[in-house]
Amino acid sequence: MILEKQIWVWADYRNYFHSRVTLQILARASVLAKKNNAVVCAVVFGDRVDAYAGEYIAHGAQKVYVIDDPALKVYNVESYAFLLSTLARQYAPQILLIGATRFGQEIAPRVAKQLDTGLTADCIDLDMDDTGRLVQVAPSFGGNLIAKIITPHTRPQMATVRPGTFQELPHDDDATGEKIRRPLPENMPKPRVRCLKSELQQARVRKIETADIVITGGRGMGSKGKFKKLLDLAYLLNAEVGATRPVVYADWISQEALVGQAGKHIRPKVLFSFGISGAIQHTAALADARFIVAVNKNPNATMMKLADVALVADANQVCSGIIRALKDRIRN
Amino acid sequence: MLHIIVCIKQVPMVSELPWDPKTGTLKRETAQGMMDPAARRALEAALQIKAKTDRDQVYITTVSMGPPMAEEILYEARALGADQGVLLTDPCMAGADTCMTANILGKFIRDHCPDAGLILCGSMSSDSETAQVGPQLAEELDIPAIGYARRLELDDHCIRVERHVDDFMELLEMDLPGLVTIDHAGESDLYTPRYVALAGVEAAFKTRDIRVMDRTALGLDNDFNALASSPTKIIEVYSPITRKENRVLTGAVKKMVDTLFDDYGKIISSAMGKDLKTHDHEGDA
Ligand SMILES: Cc1cc2nc3c(=O)[nH]c(=O)nc-3n(C[C@H](O)[C@H](O)[C@H](O)COP(=O)(O)OP(=O)(O)OC[C@H]3O[C@@H](n4cnc5c(N)ncnc54)[C@H](O)[C@@H]3O)c2cc1C
Ligand SMILES: Nc1ncnc2c1ncn2[C@@H]1O[C@H](COP(=O)(O)O)[C@@H](O)[C@H]1O
Repeated sequence: MILEKQIWVWADYRNYFHSRVTLQILARASVLAKKNNAVVCAVVFGDRVDAYAGEYIAHGAQKVYVIDDPALKVYNVESYAFLLSTLARQYAPQILLIGATRFGQEIAPRVAKQLDTGLTADCIDLDMDDTGRLVQVAPSFGGNLIAKIITPHTRPQMATVRPGTFQELPHDDDATGEKIRRPLPENMPKPRVRCLKSELQQARVRKIETADIVITGGRGMGSKGKFKKLLDLAYLLNAEVGATRPVVYADWISQEALVGQAGKHIRPKVLFSFGISGAIQHTAALADARFIVAVNKNPNATMMKLADVALVADANQVCSGIIRALKDRIRN
Repeated sequence: MLHIIVCIKQVPMVSELPWDPKTGTLKRETAQGMMDPAARRALEAALQIKAKTDRDQVYITTVSMGPPMAEEILYEARALGADQGVLLTDPCMAGADTCMTANILGKFIRDHCPDAGLILCGSMSSDSETAQVGPQLAEELDIPAIGYARRLELDDHCIRVERHVDDFMELLEMDLPGLVTIDHAGESDLYTPRYVALAGVEAAFKTRDIRVMDRTALGLDNDFNALASSPTKIIEVYSPITRKENRVLTGAVKKMVDTLFDDYGKIISSAMGKDLKTHDHEGDA
């Protein structure tokens, strides 16, 4: 029987350290824990995962529950969900947070159902009200509406958290935390889904979802050749390039660059949008962009209305103009 | 025979919505409905399985939980080639969260389709975007499940699924009965939905053969109330698109670009992590 309040973060370390979502959630959990006198705990399953446990302590976890067993070498939704709900029943955390990676979004609903509790998907903010309830802020409708959701009666309060939402804490080598090792439960069912192959695809270094500056281009760029100019601009601005669907369909840039309902959601500090009309399937993914500069020949385009600064002009000319200005203005 | 159940949901047609980009308000009530694009891909996967197999060997049931008007998408599914459509509708089901939705769909499948071999869902719907109903339905039915399928391969009582998850390409396998969710994000791949001529949908409508089931028909308790039983509560809904300054610049490109950097250079340079000169008018004067 545990009396202390605990906030749990399920550790999604696959593809670490490319994927930092667990560290980001630990940082937020630390803030929430202070409001509520709770203990921040990470929960790690896998084969030889001690190094990860240490990493989570250096990033804010005060306790780490570890189940380390060769049988857990491969990520398996069924087994991991079973372990997580078994532990949660035993230690009764107030809050259980999971990164909204694809795997995280697969395991979380299953754990929530096993624990008969609520789950809010893909949160873009988490807070705690005065009574200690977790306020889960989640977009719906492609980011055009935001809902605040609570889980009033059942515990744990569960949420998945969108990667890139919170800033991880700096690595602290001196941080100390307790590692609590648990054995594989004897009643663990044999997984019914068998993994025949699992291969890491070539990971890209930077990702458009987490870039501080994103340049998006639409059909208004005119042609594949002209679209490429945006890459030069991106180089100068230290930015990533995204695109609308017609651009991806026309193969001016790869599918990976698609921004919108069917593609990536971005959250840059500055967004430059060139020759984009602003269809809702595209703008749905822009709700978290902080400062928007839009360029369009048509002042009435929706994208221009959403912008902080709207330049009524030819997209290619403005792109070249900004490149010239930057070469001039960047101090070395 | 293989009985495939496809769970389809009606969602508001977002591009047709009367919405105000300044306030971000969407008038959901007046929205026209359409079949959730992800569920449509799941239906496409079922139709392709049927096309590849001896026609009489595969039977496709589409099921939707929703308001009475959701029957439209079930007729559309019939026109596309589904063998049966079932609408679960009752005022007491309104306001169901994903858990309750999975309970109701699960009850229907357990009690009325005991021979179900493969259950297909979209991986994530376009309106609520939770990606939760599929996995929770699998829990409810206590069957194995695989999410985000890009390619299915059936082989007697076993299914192999290729999927792309968090930079990993995986090949997974399970015995049937099982549940698979079809990746919503693929654009130009295997399960790009087919379209059906309007005439086909009209003809399907004339048959009036969608089965409608209410609380009683489903055998839910008298006091069943999905809203009250849902563990999550929405306490506030708002639009993220706050009123912006929306400064419009016109005129010569060079001048616009200079204004951009002179007035907003700080914001841009801090995002870049590089210093920018902000007042650079020497040449102009
Ligand atoms: C189910 C569904 C999902 C979708 N998902 C996505 C998605 O994820 N992402 C996405 O982007 N789209 C998506 N779409 C498509 C979306 O609806 C729009 O068609 C698309 O975003 C439009 O792209 P665009 O702005 O580049 O092109 P257009 O709408 O053609 O706009 C081009 C703009 O460029 C301007 N322009 C033209 N010439 C110039 C010039 N020389 N200089 C400056 N401006 C110029 C024009 O005024 C116009 O505003 C989806 C659609 C559906 C139905
Ligand atoms: N009310 C519903 N009726 C039938 N199927 C549903 C319903 N809600 C969700 N689904 C299925 O679950 C998938 C994922 O939905 P969601 O969990 O809302 O993202 C959808 O693509 C559908 O296949």
